[in-house]
Amino acid sequence: MSRIPDERPLNPKPEVVDGLRRLLPRESVLTTEAELAPYECDGLSAFQQRPLVVALPETVEQVQAVMRLCHEMEVPVVARGAGTGLSGGALPLADGVLLSLAKFNRILGIDPANRSATVQPGVRNLAISEAAAGHGLYYAPDPSSQIACSIGGNVAENSGGVHCLKYGLTVHNILKLKLISVEGELFEVGADALDSPGLDLLALMTGSEGMLAVIVEVTVKLLPKPERAQALLAAFDSVEQAGAAVAEIIGAGIIPAGLEMMDRPAIRAAEDFVHAGYPTDVEAILICELDGFNAEVSFDVMRVRDLLLASGAADVRTAADDAERLRFWKGRKAAFPAVGRISPDYYCMDGTIPRRQLGPVLRQISALSEQYGLAVANVFHAGDGNLHPLILYDANNPGELEQAEALGGAILELCVEVGGTVTGEHGVGVEKLNQMCVQFNSAELNQMHAVKAAFDPKRLLNPGKAVPTLHRCAEFGAMHVHHGELKFPELPRF
Amino acid sequence: MTETAETDAEQAIVEQVTTAWSAERLVAIQGGGTKAFYGNRVAAETVLDCSVHQGVVAYEPTELAITVRAGTPLAAVEALLAEHGQQFPFEPPHFGAAATIGGMVAAGLSGPRRPYAASVRDAVLGVRVLNGKGEVLEFGGRVMKNVAGYDLSRLMAGSLGVLGVLLEVSLKVMPVPPGRITLVQEQDQAGALELMQRWAGQALPISGTAWLEGRLHVRLAGSDEALTQTQRIIGGAPMAVAEADAFWLALREQELDCFAVDSLTGDGFAGDGFAGDGLAGERSLWRLSVRSATAAKAIPAPDLIEWGGALRWLRSERSAAEVREMARTAGGHATLFRAGSGRSAPRDGVFTPLNPVAARLHQHLKRAFDPAGIFNPGRLYPGMGRTAG
Ligand SMILES: Cc1cc2nc3c(=O)[nH]c(=O)nc-3n(C[C@H](O)[C@H](O)[C@H](O)COP(=O)(O)OP(=O)(O)OC[C@H]3O[C@@H](n4cnc5c(N)ncnc54)[C@H](O)[C@@H]3O)c2cc1C
Repeated sequence: MSRIPDERPLNPKPEVVDGLRRLLPRESVLTTEAELAPYECDGLSAFQQRPLVVALPETVEQVQAVMRLCHEMEVPVVARGAGTGLSGGALPLADGVLLSLAKFNRILGIDPANRSATVQPGVRNLAISEAAAGHGLYYAPDPSSQIACSIGGNVAENSGGVHCLKYGLTVHNILKLKLISVEGELFEVGADALDSPGLDLLALMTGSEGMLAVIVEVTVKLLPKPERAQALLAAFDSVEQAGAAVAEIIGAGIIPAGLEMMDRPAIRAAEDFVHAGYPTDVEAILICELDGFNAEVSFDVMRVRDLLLASGAADVRTAADDAERLRFWKGRKAAFPAVGRISPDYYCMDGTIPRRQLGPVLRQISALSEQYGLAVANVFHAGDGNLHPLILYDANNPGELEQAEALGGAILELCVEVGGTVTGEHGVGVEKLNQMCVQFNSAELNQMHAVKAAFDPKRLLNPGKAVPTLHRCAEFGAMHVHHGELKFPELPRF
Repeated sequence: MTETAETDAEQAIVEQVTTAWSAERLVAIQGGGTKAFYGNRVAAETVLDCSVHQGVVAYEPTELAITVRAGTPLAAVEALLAEHGQQFPFEPPHFGAAATIGGMVAAGLSGPRRPYAASVRDAVLGVRVLNGKGEVLEFGGRVMKNVAGYDLSRLMAGSLGVLGVLLEVSLKVMPVPPGRITLVQEQDQAGALELMQRWAGQALPISGTAWLEGRLHVRLAGSDEALTQTQRIIGGAPMAVAEADAFWLALREQELDCFAVDSLTGDGFAGDGFAGDGLAGERSLWRLSVRSATAAKAIPAPDLIEWGGALRWLRSERSAAEVREMARTAGGHATLFRAGSGRSAPRDGVFTPLNPVAARLHQHLKRAFDPAGIFNPGRLYPGMGRTAG
């Protein structure tokens, strides 16, 4: 995989620093090596680059002024929230301004009557639910990184969480955005109402990875808390059975609040780390959460239990109380750091596949894992078909990072081949540019570039991310692979 | 990404668009023509009929997704879903037997269940679309989660055909809940608004609300356990199931008296005001999409309130400026849904005008998809697209 995100020629303009100093307080413009170091990567540390300068504005007017300056001087800008992104979306540019929204950390208002909250983009995801809790309300999308990641980053990535199966992704849970255009103008998309006139720019902005405008305010929907939540933990002797059980539950017309799966390596790592009480001698576990009215949940718990047993579950446990339910989740939510304990490094993938392909694809991943000589732990949003294979490697062993990336690429191409996509929630960033060449043809990529140009003709906002140039794709040599030979002919397809 | 081969019908559509692109001929895109009244009048030179492009491409109930060609009749697709105990979560209005899936997505209109489930746009997973240069493009997919590249598939929902011709759409579907019941109670407007707001603050299985003629109708959908418990909270008298189903259908299809205006027939409103017959204008039907907790007095004398207060319908002789101002103050926007006879549409169109930056971005996006400006010129906003002649 190319380490260079983009073929952009560098064009450093150190004068921009003087300009920024005129616009922002002294402490809001960072330039020394020590000051820049914390910004050199996001959650994907395999890619590192120090920016020319970091700007930390704290008012909307300051963001506007920074954008106007950069637009005039033609200096690229990369917006950054909390830097937890897993695809290098917030990776700085050597000749660019890194625009941190970290100081935009205020909750501007909770409107319990309309069940919405208006917040600044640097507010942490979990802080919104905490602030709304007093009204019996919460913000539904709950990425595992929710204690750290920012709502601005969530919007830019269209982030999901374990409860998205029932409650939707970020795009389904926001009402309105205030944005700064690349030229420095403030504008709004969406409304306090359920729709707004014209093209759906709110949907277009969501998941646009900081490439179309800078988000300076977000109005989110809040939901009332259900009366009761209950979780089941099912153990399986094969991943195929667990995958089939997922289809059985959904096919029976039940939409669980969460439906997550972990395979043997992930179970072991999580169990050793947080002692969630998982059975460790099984091939897969499913955690299924149901919520709603008390009586309704009791009824559905019985139905799901029967379905799980009928699908071949070796054991099904129902949480005895809320403490046990939270323990079931604790292992799942701690799975990434748990895997981090058993391997010097891990590389988290994010492909999505049709649910019915879960079993076959997991089997194929384990074959690829053997072929590439690197272990893989799987922990993922089974209900949504969103896989998170964690590839274990050691960056200190020469060539292992490249091997991990090659295996990751093969896994994503497999996802595309069975009718899925290269990223379900982590975004393309710089990481999956090559796989975008597999998923889209040149006309499709050109259409995306035309959309980018509609917002940012000079390509100053986060250039080189998310959508590969055709030149890059030609080099990668993968264009039109999806219309050509099938690499995994044994897998069932549409 | 889908792997469907191009059909003859699709090939014919592509050829027509390619010709129109090179000849710069203005094209009105049509499905079943049932929503032609909605939006601004299109001044086109040719009609592109998409209704022949039919068929279900993929439907696997356990995937909760269906992929359909755009010309497929909406009724046929809903019947297929019902056979498998599933439905579109957004309860789309048909406005006629000829309604197609493509028209449903392009119009982006959702029905009574919308605030409690999803909108059309929420349910869009992917599209196969023809841009103004005659290129067939696919965005999104058939899976629940997909953030590869810009979300150009949801952008198509509600775009009224100004960006491209929808060829295929993948949509999320949901199971039909096991039971339903409709409860009716006498309430004045303020009382109804207050109740809807209170209920919305609790996790209740409500699937529709409608206040009209002094009565509040609440539809619940869910398991027997949930319905029993919720019925105690909501109160009111249960309607017979057949009668209730007929009510919600008539509401969705706007066949209730509260929607009736003495309307001109025909397609769309003229952007520059057509002459009418010289009579004093009849009342027009306005759709106001607002904050759900907007006070009764902020929008006087609505004929109907839906969506827990977030959608208010008004038959009024007021000017567009007045109605838009009411909606704006309530955090939303107003659409001239059907003009009364003798009344002309505002010069700036039936939809609330955009802020200047958004308006500019609309022009740029239009050019990005349809460089010659040939698709549905003016349908969304006057001036979006080339003018004839
Ligand atoms: C342990 C761990 C677990 C995770 N679990 C999940 C999960 O369950 N689900 C999930 O979806 N993700 C998950 N993530 C990924 C990550 O947390 C999300 O992508 C998150 O939304 C990123 O938010 P951030 O504030 O850290 O954004 P950053 O990483 O700072 O930025 C992400 C992107 O958003 C852009 N951006 C940020 N702020 C703005 C703004 N104000 N305006 C415009 N553009 C902006 C950046 O340019 C960049 O392209 C996980 C990450 C980690 C490390």
